[in-house]
Amino acid sequence: MSAARFQSGDTVAVSAAYPPGHVRTPYFIRGKSGVVDSIAGAYPNPEELAYGRDGMPALPLYRVRFKQTDVWPDYAGPANDTVVIDLYEPWLEPTS
Amino acid sequence: MSPHDGPGHDHEHDHGPHPYQPDIEDSGYTERMVMAQAVEELLIEKGIITADEMRAQVELMDSREPALGAKVVARAWADPAFKQRLLEDVNKAAAEMDIDTGHIPIRAVENTPDVHNVIVCTLCSCYPRLLIGLPPDWYKSRAYRSRTVREPRVVLAEFGTEIADDVEVRVHDSTADLRYMVLPMRPAGTDDWDEDRLAELVNRDSMIGVSLASEPK
Repeated sequence: MSAARFQSGDTVAVSAAYPPGHVRTPYFIRGKSGVVDSIAGAYPNPEELAYGRDGMPALPLYRVRFKQTDVWPDYAGPANDTVVIDLYEPWLEPTS
Repeated sequence: MSPHDGPGHDHEHDHGPHPYQPDIEDSGYTERMVMAQAVEELLIEKGIITADEMRAQVELMDSREPALGAKVVARAWADPAFKQRLLEDVNKAAAEMDIDTGHIPIRAVENTPDVHNVIVCTLCSCYPRLLIGLPPDWYKSRAYRSRTVREPRVVLAEFGTEIADDVEVRVHDSTADLRYMVLPMRPAGTDDWDEDRLAELVNRDSMIGVSLASEPK
């Protein structure tokens, strides 16, 4: 595994990409920005594992926290509600 | 006596046709069911797994139940050092109690007066099975999976769980390699309770986050 590109507290954006095949990044979070909550380790790439390959090198996996009001513009709950999603590094881009 | 014996069911069949009870096969196989069966047969035929290993794994899954998770939560309530270890690594902490939770990492997220956590898997139905057993059917439903991330407070209210507006509702979508359980808050008025008694307050739904731990009676 390569060193993790992002650290806790970094603001990141999820790629607004729509590749074919097996992916573990939910549609609703693509293109949204959040903050890295923690690094959950490194795991074989599920997009490769799904097709019988070994998924190596392992990818850093991040727990990224999003404000619900950023994810859903018409979110009906309080502004401090959040959703935390586990995302593999290639799906994340720095925001700046 | 089997449930089919007894008065009114004496198998003489002289009082009209017996109502037909459909068996599971009568609903018909879907393509995916046939595919799963075919893969299982191939794995066994090619000697990759044995039928007994397959059976034993199903039996292992079926042996898990929410009471195991409840014991772990009760220990965390009673022992602050254990709670710290649980929040770092559920598998390791459970192993201290001789509970083998397998190789899939499980993490605990702690409810506090400021944060209420709830778990969902929007992509499929990931669940900490080896700690709290098989997920309830509603956990796997499209309604729960889509609505919990979209309108969590409405879903919680349908489960009878009202969270104050000044408490953050934090939804955890287990999309990847980890599984999550909620560490619910310890109910007030249980200060002198031992672990066995505390464990009785930990219901399954409180470890998913759609409910709170039960109040002491």
